[in-house]
Amino acid sequence: MQKTITLFVVILFSIPLFSQEKLNEVKVIKKQKGIQKSFTVTGNTTVITSKELLKAACCNLAESFETNPSIDVSFSDALTGTKQIKMLGLTSPYLMITEENIPSVRGASQAYGLSFTPGTWVESIQITKGAGSVVNGYESISGQINTELIKPINDIPFFLNAYGSSDSRFELNTHFNKKISDKWSSSLFLHGNTRVAKTDMNKDGFLDNPLTKQINILNRYQYYNAEKGWVSFINFRYMNDKKQTGELDFDPNKDKGTTNYWGSEINTERLDISTKVGYVFKDQPYQSIGFQNAFNNHNQQSYFGLNQYNIKQSSYYSNLIFNSIINNTMNKFAAGLNFTYDKYQEFVNVNDYSRIDNSVGAFFEYTYDNADNFSIILGGRVDNHNRLGTFLTPRLHVRYNPWEKGVLRFSAGRGKRSANIFAENQQLFASSRVFDILDSNGKIYGLNPEIAWNYGMSFSQKFMLFGKSADAGLDFYRTDFQNQIVVDVLQSPQQVLFYNLNGKSVANSLQLEFNYEILNHFNFRSAYKFYDVRTDYISGNYQKPLQAKHRVFGNLEYETHIEEKGKQWKFDYTFNWVGKQQLPNTASNPIKDRLPEFSPSYSLMNAQITRTFSGTFEVYVGGENIGNYTQKKAILGSDNPFGPNFDTSIVYAPVFGQMYYAGLRFKIK
Amino acid sequence: MKNIIVIIMVIFLGFAAQAQEKKNKNAKYVTEVNGNCEQCQKRIQKAAFSVSGVKSAIWSIETHQLSLVLNEEKCTPLDVKKAIAKVGHDTDQVKASNEDYQNLHTCCLYERR
Repeated sequence: MQKTITLFVVILFSIPLFSQEKLNEVKVIKKQKGIQKSFTVTGNTTVITSKELLKAACCNLAESFETNPSIDVSFSDALTGTKQIKMLGLTSPYLMITEENIPSVRGASQAYGLSFTPGTWVESIQITKGAGSVVNGYESISGQINTELIKPINDIPFFLNAYGSSDSRFELNTHFNKKISDKWSSSLFLHGNTRVAKTDMNKDGFLDNPLTKQINILNRYQYYNAEKGWVSFINFRYMNDKKQTGELDFDPNKDKGTTNYWGSEINTERLDISTKVGYVFKDQPYQSIGFQNAFNNHNQQSYFGLNQYNIKQSSYYSNLIFNSIINNTMNKFAAGLNFTYDKYQEFVNVNDYSRIDNSVGAFFEYTYDNADNFSIILGGRVDNHNRLGTFLTPRLHVRYNPWEKGVLRFSAGRGKRSANIFAENQQLFASSRVFDILDSNGKIYGLNPEIAWNYGMSFSQKFMLFGKSADAGLDFYRTDFQNQIVVDVLQSPQQVLFYNLNGKSVANSLQLEFNYEILNHFNFRSAYKFYDVRTDYISGNYQKPLQAKHRVFGNLEYETHIEEKGKQWKFDYTFNWVGKQQLPNTASNPIKDRLPEFSPSYSLMNAQITRTFSGTFEVYVGGENIGNYTQKKAILGSDNPFGPNFDTSIVYAPVFGQMYYAGLRFKIK
Repeated sequence: MKNIIVIIMVIFLGFAAQAQEKKNKNAKYVTEVNGNCEQCQKRIQKAAFSVSGVKSAIWSIETHQLSLVLNEEKCTPLDVKKAIAKVGHDTDQVKASNEDYQNLHTCCLYERR
């Protein structure tokens, strides 16, 4: 039967070919999908490829998740334009964020770290929901995001991306690549971005977007020796980021430290050096050993009105991993040791919170894969940390394919971390809130470490619908906090309280997904998300503020057929509906500085058109927030920023309205 | 006579010892196995792994080559070929029985040589 069909297909295709006088070259190009979901990987991992990243042409890692339903992107405050990501209803501190498997956004860089990696540097992003792997550490609770940068060995000699937008942001990316020898390759990435003009669309006297300047340089070297089995990476990176925000008339030279005008500056300088060495055993391709080392120095100097906040973090991270098999390749294991050292020099106004944290840990992860329909990863690690003590971190992942194209997954695991309460909540410095830590017996700011269990299940099925491929998915995850550092803005609009959880705190997340190829090159992606994130506060059990219970996501993409010389049109449209959100308590403020208990629901639309002229040149235009939805009252007490009701941290919707942008990409291959 | 026996024994044991030394715990071996599709791949690899001593088995759908890493102290390539033939796939040394071949799924009925 199979043969008959094949023969028939061959004949069918042969006839038109015969009728042609000259045979054209036929190239079979496998279409790369923007978002890839595997049916054979054990964890619930989505891979975002560079193709998908091109859809959100701007600008950095924080913005690259906007076309992906697994991650929610929101603004952290009304001043800095910083985008914050959430997974399973929990903010990024509960995620393990790594760059090439080295922890990257953590500690001092928690608030702005995602904006320190330009989007054009990224080769792919892997998003894992639920408990992560024990190989990278014990800190992940709700998931893991790993970014792979472009590898020098596969890179093109030259790349240029220029971008400009109607909110006066300009960006330039250039990449240079050189093959030094048959084994050494090197890449140099230069990135600069700036926002030059002051805008105030909502006429509250405050900048809607900060004035910015960022320089970001990465130089990396890759050594690859296939015969001997050695691979190595060496990276050097320097970043300087400056933001100024606040009132339109604020001039830092004159008004810094005064009450003339309210203003804020956030200046960050960062240096990263990392190395990796890997060796694959010569006659045992399944056995390897790897050694990673990373050193970084992060220095943020900032003030928000009269609040000063400075944090300097010097870190060293090292990880030694040995991968091998037990008996055969159906039974694999990874074992290793890691070491971290963090020196924080942290000053909040005149208070010194400096400290040194360090930990050593050993891990073991066993993987069984029957090379068919079942696999399991069982991981555990033991760590000794000078503040968190000695503790165990178990993690489990299971995958089962009950039938063809269907996959069922389960995961469970424990995570533990120390909350960097000031760095993670620094948007609250731009308010009149007084910071109060209610506990004093713990080891970190008087508080205890956060401990949580996360478990989840997911099911996904691929099928054909009206002759076109479709897939549907359902997942449910729950995070149970044994201890959490509660950030309480529900007590009073003049206070933020930090205390150890007393009672229950859970985050339930449910996601329904449906994807369909409507026509050839025309894809539809949709998701509904339900979040129930509840915590016992002093004043009672509430939904977590600024977290919508219901969300709807939709994305349409259409591409024309690639013509001669690579000419092509690409269209992309994203829709987000965000339900009502619990807002911080403002009931005791004067009427004009009050917000309702819940925010209204709203929707946002983004779109982009890309025109490829050839394999080397393309242009794109796009718009964000096309419906022009903005939060009416973004800054409370904006008429009296040094008064008691000033607050820029209650942001549930965009502050800036419609934004349009255009850019070009040029490549030499 | 006694001497001859001793000599023979020495030679015999000596050779055996030498052969023993040469046994590689991570011997690489590539051989052709007949098959068609992804289903065959799973079956072939599963059969290979059922032989104790096989550490790695990868069968390529395109080239029909089976790459093995095995512990020669525990098994030989012939053991693996026997196991593969038993599930219906022909190898250069061992052919599958007609009955085993007929038991394969229709898409796995490769052309026999």
